[in-house]
Amino acid sequence: MKVKEVVEALNLKVFSGYDGLSNTITGGYTSDLLSDVMGNAPPGAIWITLQTHVNVMAVATLKDLSAVVLVKGLEPEANTIQQSNNEGIPILGTNLQAFEISGLLYNLLNTK
Amino acid sequence: MHFEYRVQGGDFVRAGQASSQVKKILKQLNVASQIIKRIVVALYEGEVNIVAHAFQGKIYVDIETDKVRVVLDDVGPGIPDIEMAMRPGFSTASPIVREMGFGAGMGLPNIKENTDKMKISSVVGVGTRLEFVVNLKE
Ligand SMILES: Nc1ncnc2c1ncn2[C@@H]1O[C@H](COP(=O)(O)OP(=O)(O)OP(=O)(O)O)[C@@H](O)[C@H]1O
Ligand SMILES: [Mg+2]
Repeated sequence: MKVKEVVEALNLKVFSGYDGLSNTITGGYTSDLLSDVMGNAPPGAIWITLQTHVNVMAVATLKDLSAVVLVKGLEPEANTIQQSNNEGIPILGTNLQAFEISGLLYNLLNTK
Repeated sequence: MHFEYRVQGGDFVRAGQASSQVKKILKQLNVASQIIKRIVVALYEGEVNIVAHAFQGKIYVDIETDKVRVVLDDVGPGIPDIEMAMRPGFSTASPIVREMGFGAGMGLPNIKENTDKMKISSVVGVGTRLEFVVNLKE
């Protein structure tokens, strides 16, 4: 499933990284601990988190993740946005909390 | 091939830049993506440990035909008990650093998991040296 299909289906906000909207999502991972994501997120995963600082993009880039979803209406910091644009890894947003958006994403990715 | 990078303690904004440059080099050299992923995880964790726990450091990367050898050398507080530091979940990270999502105590275990050889030597009050090797061939 493409990032843009998920954006439409779940009505997510797109903050940045528009070049990556055609990235393919091959799984998901929900965590706010960077070394947990580093060690365990599968490549191509969409990452659900409340972290908004630029290290999120370092991890997303190094792990070849497909997109990042910020929960609870949180917004990325300016340099996080810049990195997201440079790398073509979209940062998305939702007002839902992590449990809710993870459940929706899980269903969406596993019914297609 | 030999590469060197400088790492500044406390500079979280630039944490991961050396790892990202090494990743690009390995890609250009057509190293298998599975292997690149392992090197990158280990290198990033080592790099961030210098940023989070030490004052400054240097990273030396040697790409040989059959393996990649990495040495991370820092000037810092050192590690008093290496065995304890290696334990999953052990961390001395400050509350501010933890709030950023670091300090899970998973960095060193991640390095162990993703490398073929790993060695830490440390002198308290002086610094820490982390060395690891990832084989390029099965
Ligand atoms: N270069 C270093 N200098 C001094 N202490 C270190 C260094 N690297 C690791 N340590 C010590 O070892 C502990 C465990 O390191 P590890 O990378 O596993 O976890 P962490 O850095 O605390 O958290 P995480 O890596 O999950 O964000 C650290 O909390 C710190 O006390
Ligand atoms: Mg660490």
